Amino acid sequence: MSRFDRFRAPIKNARGLGSAKDGVHHFIVQRITAVALLFLAIYVVGLVVTLAGADYATARAAVAHPANAVLLVAFLLAMFWHAQLGLQVVIEDYVHTPWLAIASQLAVRFACVLAALASVFAVVRIALGT
Amino acid sequence: MSQPVRPLSPHLQVYRWQIQMVTSILHRGTGIILAVGSVLIAAALACLAAGPEAWACVTGLAGSWFGLLVLFGWTWALAYHWINGIRHLLQDAGLGYSIAQFVRNGWITVIGSLVITGLVWGVVISRGGFA
Repeated sequence: MSRFDRFRAPIKNARGLGSAKDGVHHFIVQRITAVALLFLAIYVVGLVVTLAGADYATARAAVAHPANAVLLVAFLLAMFWHAQLGLQVVIEDYVHTPWLAIASQLAVRFACVLAALASVFAVVRIALGT
Repeated sequence: MSQPVRPLSPHLQVYRWQIQMVTSILHRGTGIILAVGSVLIAAALACLAAGPEAWACVTGLAGSWFGLLVLFGWTWALAYHWINGIRHLLQDAGLGYSIAQFVRNGWITVIGSLVITGLVWGVVISRGGFA
């Protein structure tokens, strides 16, 4: 029995989805990625600060290091996921024309997935030295 | 598809500005900025993978006065979203909701974000980066 259960009406449990039609999934994933990014952002800022002014070989070797490559990929996935979830809410709040809302939600999702794939692919290329 | 013109509830223009709304608006604003910035991160990594010439473009842009201005603003946006994000997570846990606490921790995030930005750039400059 969670302490938050008192905020939920029984009909919520009966239907299981709530007014947004997807329950609390968005809320929970937004927070999980937020907690991940709290730590990963410190790490990435630290990495970028240590590489400020570094030459190409040094920067590439740093990203190629297995620990850095894995943490960078984790950061990129959490970041683009969190960005999509946040922009989704902004669009839901401000874009009320149905076709424009759907088009912008699609555009944001495609852009975030594409940027995530491209950046992860770049890190993998660097890490594998190809 | 035509949109019916419905009356809207009063919005920002009817409120006196106060820290509670500033922290909320800044969180959304910095979130949008960081989302745009995330595409720059993807582009920079693609350049790093592509080779020294492409990477020289990135460092050239980053080291220009405009690039440094963007990086400085970007640092603050990240610092603010980061520290106010912690505040939001604590609020999700039901903490810090009395008016006095809410105003105080709002100011802590605003001032804290400036302090973090100063610390990050202090380290960058002391290490001689972007010199």
